[in-house]
Amino acid sequence: MADSLYGAEQARGVWVWLEHDGQALAGVSLELLAKGRELADKAGEPLTGFILGHEAGSLAEEALSRGVDEILLGDNPLLKNYTTDLYCAAAAEAVLKHKPNLLLLGATPDGRDLAGRLAVRLRTGLTADCTNMEMKPEDPSLLLSEVTGFGGGIAAIIACLRHRPQMATVRPGVFLAALSAKKSGAELRRFSPSLEGVPRRVEIVKRSIGAEVDITKSKFLVIGGRGIRGDFGLLRELAGLVGAEIGASRVAVDEGWIGKEHMVGQTGFVTRPKVALICGVSGALQFTVGVASAETVVAINLDRSAPIFESADYCVAQDLFKVLPPLIKELRNSK
Amino acid sequence: MTENSGGFHTIVCLKVVPRPEEVVVDPQTKTLDRAKARSLVNPPDLNALEMALELKEICGGSVSILSMGPPFFEPYLRLAMSLGADRAYLLSDRTFGGADTLATTYTLAKGIQKIGKWDLALCGEESSDGATAQVPPGLAEWLDAAQVTYAFQMAPADQGRMRVRREVKGGWEELMVSLPAVVSVKGNVNEPRFIDFDRRRWALNDSPVTVWSAADIGAQADLIGFPGSPTTVAGVRQVGGRERRKQFLEGTPEEIARELARLLKTQAGSR
Ligand SMILES: Cc1cc2nc3c(=O)[nH]c(=O)nc-3n(C[C@H](O)[C@H](O)[C@H](O)COP(=O)(O)OP(=O)(O)OC[C@H]3O[C@@H](n4cnc5c(N)ncnc54)[C@H](O)[C@@H]3O)c2cc1C
Ligand SMILES: Cc1cc2nc3c(=O)[nH]c(=O)nc-3n(C[C@H](O)[C@H](O)[C@H](O)COP(=O)(O)OP(=O)(O)OC[C@H]3O[C@@H](n4cnc5c(N)ncnc54)[C@H](O)[C@@H]3O)c2cc1C
Repeated sequence: MADSLYGAEQARGVWVWLEHDGQALAGVSLELLAKGRELADKAGEPLTGFILGHEAGSLAEEALSRGVDEILLGDNPLLKNYTTDLYCAAAAEAVLKHKPNLLLLGATPDGRDLAGRLAVRLRTGLTADCTNMEMKPEDPSLLLSEVTGFGGGIAAIIACLRHRPQMATVRPGVFLAALSAKKSGAELRRFSPSLEGVPRRVEIVKRSIGAEVDITKSKFLVIGGRGIRGDFGLLRELAGLVGAEIGASRVAVDEGWIGKEHMVGQTGFVTRPKVALICGVSGALQFTVGVASAETVVAINLDRSAPIFESADYCVAQDLFKVLPPLIKELRNSK
Repeated sequence: MTENSGGFHTIVCLKVVPRPEEVVVDPQTKTLDRAKARSLVNPPDLNALEMALELKEICGGSVSILSMGPPFFEPYLRLAMSLGADRAYLLSDRTFGGADTLATTYTLAKGIQKIGKWDLALCGEESSDGATAQVPPGLAEWLDAAQVTYAFQMAPADQGRMRVRREVKGGWEELMVSLPAVVSVKGNVNEPRFIDFDRRRWALNDSPVTVWSAADIGAQADLIGFPGSPTTVAGVRQVGGRERRKQFLEGTPEEIARELARLLKTQAGSR
């Protein structure tokens, strides 16, 4: 077996890549810091938040109060916006210098773009979209990552036994961000990545960032699947009356009925609403992991034997097109 | 149609995946039993192929298909040729089995290097089974090429570059990309064309599918398959979601609607 660029005996520290847009740290990065703290304590290793950017000092200060032992800030004008070549070069330089044991990244478009390339450059393993992570009790420097996707209610535990760093990505919403206070002695360290000679093969010429739909933060979700037959109108009307966001199964997204930012589940988002009202979704495991942390689940499905009812508190075995119109009427009347 | 005789050359990486709803889990071993599942071409790979064929209409040149997998993939590669691809390469060897994304990307990169001159390698944004989205960036790294993920638009630009729009968190960005480049294409960004019936006979019978083994592409034994894969499955476990009430609401739709309205208001009341 070919080796990674450094070995387990040299590796130490839990690193979290802190993604940001220049204004704020990404939610998923804060979630990973909270989980990273827990893993670092189990492993008896320090927790480092790793930021790349330009003039990102205030973001680094903010991150410093999130329970880390250290923030490592790589600053360079070329790192103002994310581009693969430059970020990968800067990250590889820092990793090879400090040799962390773990490197965790958010499974956002840029996080996945970076992680996939960096893992190959470092010749190490990368686990995608972990739904849980723990340090192995008998060997607390080894990360055990849980991934679903094998279907049938099965999760696989993935480990990267010899190669370092142990890399993993996690989707937004899987872990909770703790409001942990600043750890005494937490330090901000800066470094200047040497980026001369790094090819710049991709140049950003335009960016358009709109208001982001973030279903992981909403308290009330109305979710539609194949059973709604392309018509989110009814669901939107209902959602409008109760201040809910719209969620969707993968089928509804793949059919092009709604954007991917609304997708609930393993490929989509893990949500934690107080109430999820789920209409015309069969209830595949890859979907239900996305609502497992909802406080109350209400499901409407024509088929009384649909698996979604195993994951629901209140079950309505009816045609959604017969139930939703009177429900909308009820809610409107009681406004 | 078969020779890679110069001109703009796009390689489309295509994976054959099991139909998700037909994969069953062996209750004893708790491992995936894909033997009973029918297969299909990973859907976004068809969007990548469509993008390649549209570029070919503008830039000329040719389109190759590349896949790593068992021999039963071959008919799916022929399907891609009946849609408009010119030739296909199948990397097939028992020693490729058990590859994680590090070994997969190494193998695909060796295949591309063996094919020779190329300008653009297109992938789907992610597969519907492994779904890691790690293959396109990893492939770009092994090939030391430019990389763009989650592209939804692409057109030729000046100085032999491509103008590409990619999805980012909360929006999109437009990029000028030097070639060669590995680009992953989002699903549903275009309407894959129908089978070209004039090509069908050729595609099914005579079109060139080159099958290469590990030795053919000069792959190093410790970088492919299980030995080349740093990640391992350390165990499986049943994931039981939390216990729910599973209480059925009975009655006419109107009665149920009234009960639901009450429920929703009390449950979400404190929002
Ligand atoms: C690796 C991988 C990752 C995946 N990730 C995700 C993910 O993140 N999110 C996700 O959702 N899926 C995901 N899937 C797909 C998942 O396995 C299912 O295929 C998908 O969730 C099914 O969507 P659905 O329930 O909308 O459609 P279907 O399974 O077709 O179910 C439609 C349901 O609607 C009901 N229905 C029809 N008409 C009516 C009506 N008039 N009134 C009431 N009910 C009606 C039917 O009884 C049926 O139960 C993933 C799959 C794989 C392999
Ligand atoms: C449920 C599950 C979870 C897994 N998790 C991990 C993990 O966390 N880490 C890990 O390293 N491996 C993982 N694997 C193994 C991984 O799926 C394989 O390495 C696979 O060969 C490539 O990854 P992918 O299917 O995720 O591809 P993706 O990166 O999702 O595929 C993107 C695109 O790359 C191209 N492509 C991918 N595979 C091929 C191929 N064989 N031939 C041609 N083109 C291809 C296609 O264009 C495809 O659309 C997992 C497998 C399963 C079934």
